[in-house]
Amino acid sequence: MSGQAAGRYVGQSIKRKEDPRLLTGQGRYVDDVQLPNMAHVAFVRSNIARGKITNLDISEALQVPGVIAIYTGDDLNPYIKEYWHTMGGPRPALDDPSGAHPPASVLAPGDVRFVGDPIAMVIAENRYVAEDAAEMVIVDIDVEEPIIGLDMAVAHPEMKVHHELNKNFSGIMPYMEVPPVDEMMASAPHVVTRRFKQARATNVPMEPRGIIVKHDRGANEITIWSATQNAHEVRSFCARLIGFPAQRIRAIAGDVGGGFGQKMMVSRDEAAMMIAGYLLGDRPIKWIEDRRESLIAANQAREEWVDVTMAVTPEGDIMGCRVNFLEDVGAYPPGAGGGAGMSAGMFPGPYKMPVVIPQGTSYFTNTCGKAPYRGPWMMETVAREQMMDHVAAEIGIDPIEFRRRNIIHQSDLPYTTCTTLVYDVVTPEETLDQAMEMLDLAKFRAEQEKARAEGRLLGLGVGVYIEPSAIAFGILSSDQANVRMDENGKVLVALSSGSHGHSIETTMPQVIAEHLGCDIDDIIIMQGDTASAPIGPGTGGSRTAVIVGGACQTAAGKLKAKILEIAAHTLEANVDDLEVNDSVVSVKGTPAKQLPFAQIAAMAYMMPEMLPEGMEMGLEVSARYKPAGSFTYSNATHVCTVEVDPKTGMVKILRYIVSEDCGQMINPMVVEGQIAGGVVQGIGGVLFEHMIYDKDGNPLATTFLDYLVPTAPEIPDIEYGHIQTMSNSLGGYKGMGEGGAIVSPPTVANAIHDAVKHLGVHPTDFPLGPSQIRDLLVHAGAAV
Amino acid sequence: MSRNITLNINGAQHTVDVEDRMLLSDAIREKAGLTGTHVACEHGVCGACTILLDGEAVRSCLMFTVQAAGHEITTVEGIAPAPGELSVVQRAMQDNHGLQCGFCTPGIVTSLTAYLRDFPNASDDELKEALSGNLCRCTGYMGIINAARQAQKEIQGSAK
Repeated sequence: MSGQAAGRYVGQSIKRKEDPRLLTGQGRYVDDVQLPNMAHVAFVRSNIARGKITNLDISEALQVPGVIAIYTGDDLNPYIKEYWHTMGGPRPALDDPSGAHPPASVLAPGDVRFVGDPIAMVIAENRYVAEDAAEMVIVDIDVEEPIIGLDMAVAHPEMKVHHELNKNFSGIMPYMEVPPVDEMMASAPHVVTRRFKQARATNVPMEPRGIIVKHDRGANEITIWSATQNAHEVRSFCARLIGFPAQRIRAIAGDVGGGFGQKMMVSRDEAAMMIAGYLLGDRPIKWIEDRRESLIAANQAREEWVDVTMAVTPEGDIMGCRVNFLEDVGAYPPGAGGGAGMSAGMFPGPYKMPVVIPQGTSYFTNTCGKAPYRGPWMMETVAREQMMDHVAAEIGIDPIEFRRRNIIHQSDLPYTTCTTLVYDVVTPEETLDQAMEMLDLAKFRAEQEKARAEGRLLGLGVGVYIEPSAIAFGILSSDQANVRMDENGKVLVALSSGSHGHSIETTMPQVIAEHLGCDIDDIIIMQGDTASAPIGPGTGGSRTAVIVGGACQTAAGKLKAKILEIAAHTLEANVDDLEVNDSVVSVKGTPAKQLPFAQIAAMAYMMPEMLPEGMEMGLEVSARYKPAGSFTYSNATHVCTVEVDPKTGMVKILRYIVSEDCGQMINPMVVEGQIAGGVVQGIGGVLFEHMIYDKDGNPLATTFLDYLVPTAPEIPDIEYGHIQTMSNSLGGYKGMGEGGAIVSPPTVANAIHDAVKHLGVHPTDFPLGPSQIRDLLVHAGAAV
Repeated sequence: MSRNITLNINGAQHTVDVEDRMLLSDAIREKAGLTGTHVACEHGVCGACTILLDGEAVRSCLMFTVQAAGHEITTVEGIAPAPGELSVVQRAMQDNHGLQCGFCTPGIVTSLTAYLRDFPNASDDELKEALSGNLCRCTGYMGIINAARQAQKEIQGSAK
């Protein structure tokens, strides 16, 4: 269970190479790109959730000095050739019984389907003028009754968001009759059913979306600068969208100010920009989303209900579950937008469950579309981990003991879940042990009891999960590193992926320096420009450490092998007798016989006579890596203690403990940073954030004064424990970018539940803000 | 209407034509070409656009450019003692992984610089409270809070 010895670079908390640039204001985000003759875009958006556009008059707006063009749906939609994302694949037929994508449009096609729906775009000399003119576009809408919220979508299957479709869902896993399971459920000693609800949240990267499209008609080229997690998708989506040759499109992502999934796929507004930029030609156009647009129109996530029915023995052995995943994908998710399928597979998590029968439906509603948000399938963990506590309370056993009774042990590995996932190297029990040791359970229970006697409410929550990191199928299967040592012995690396804030300019050089034997400062990473980046799916799915890391490690090894071959030839030694330290190759035991990388590199490019017979000149290698499995599993246990104020319903987090196993850590500082970021997003989703709509479909959280992301005073010092078991992927790495956000919500919810359950309060719904908790206490007659 | 005004940013004079309604944040970015000041909400909540105006931390998205004429502006580009160097706060941010995507970072750096100058002996809770005006979505604040603690110690040490 112990960690692999840290290397010189891998395993070290090396300070980030990107930081000096970002700390001094020298980053280059999309809004920092200013091109000659660039025009600026503002969208006209719907203020109505659903209705027919009866009048769309741009004539007055066109008269505003500085306006260059105004486009409507009629202008742009006819140019759509194909509309689908590489990851999701071509759209199913409109009448496919298993699901549907929203009908393709980039601006409202004669009717509006959510508040924020783009109706027209104004292109002007500057953003101020564009916004002036956008306000002068006259839009009359014949209001129709919208479908708002899952309650309504579930209750009214006959209502449809998209009249072009014969159904109102984007995906469905139908109810399955499984007689043996039904009989087991019917006769089980304990059967507990709960419905857990997550509240609609949104990703809120601090940098909103932004895109510049430049169509150079003379050169027949399109260049796109985009705040994206996936430059190649921007390129290939644009090529399909307008039928432009993909090799003549270049997409560039500079620094990207966060995304958390939002910027994985091209959005409708961005697609509108692609068509508009193509049509306008020769004048680059820029759109930088403002915060209101970001909150109401970028994407939403987490509006999900999960019905769980769990059968257990009196001793607390899980016999099986039925799980129904219901999710709201809004009006225009990119593709089908749903996470229910993945959630179903992951539901067993770290426990031995003999059978899980899933079903699920992803409903369209007249709200902003759903897009991935850090762990987009995480409703399974949110439901399962709360269910563990609810069932434990119901059958009268300790929730931690209930977990221990069902958790997967080392002796069970490799373990195949009833949903056919194969866990090879995971440590759920060990992280639970470590987290409990960090907590000191007995001490907490004593404090809790003492506090209760004083009328104070303390609670302890635990969450355990297994994260399917490094998702590797379809376009997600592989990543590539092209590693080039130049004639000076310095290293330039082109990666198929790109950073949206997750430190790859530091971690990937750590891997390369470790396996090449050079100084980390000799390495520079190029990323996010399709002109140089190998093909790849971009960043997402907790993949960088495992898949990009694997590519970097393989490429470094290949390059080192060639360097050693050249050195062996010159030093008249066997390759096996050579060693590399600090960019110098020497003969073991004879340190005087040595060659620095710079000298070898000079030979490789300029002295063909110094190279072994038949060796190709140059020092440039590439390696593409695909992990053996479709997932590389990491895992963690989170523990949280809270105090609930019985008067106000306010929750204060007292301690937050994370014990995690992400295999060989490349950079522990970065690992902990990823955990903290995810945990705090999860805490936000329970205690603060709520993207709420009224019954007419008006979003009510349209500024940061209404949509409350956590701030520094709300956050406790997070305590970390690390267990490192080597994965079967190269380097032993496991991904961990999403886990913090996956398990923190149920952990916090369980802590609140633990604080109030003796009062007969059993919360199941998020958010759990002061008003909701106060209401629950009042309802239970337990309010002070 | 437009006016010709002179902005003093990081010790350099920028004479610019601006409309009365132009936000200071936009003028700093687009007219002076200093894109380190980031705009992330434009309603004064997130703190990303924080600059120092005569040394005081202010939100540049809540000011008109014309209001800044005659004042000394410091942006994140003007915080480090010299090119290629980092200030105490900037170095503490790097040491403690106080930034990930870097978008909120300029506002954190400017806000903390002013706060620690004025309140070098702030309590830990006061430090966190001071940071509550800056939203960050990547770090979970842990790295930022630790950076503030480190910078505070250094500043206290150098004052002795």
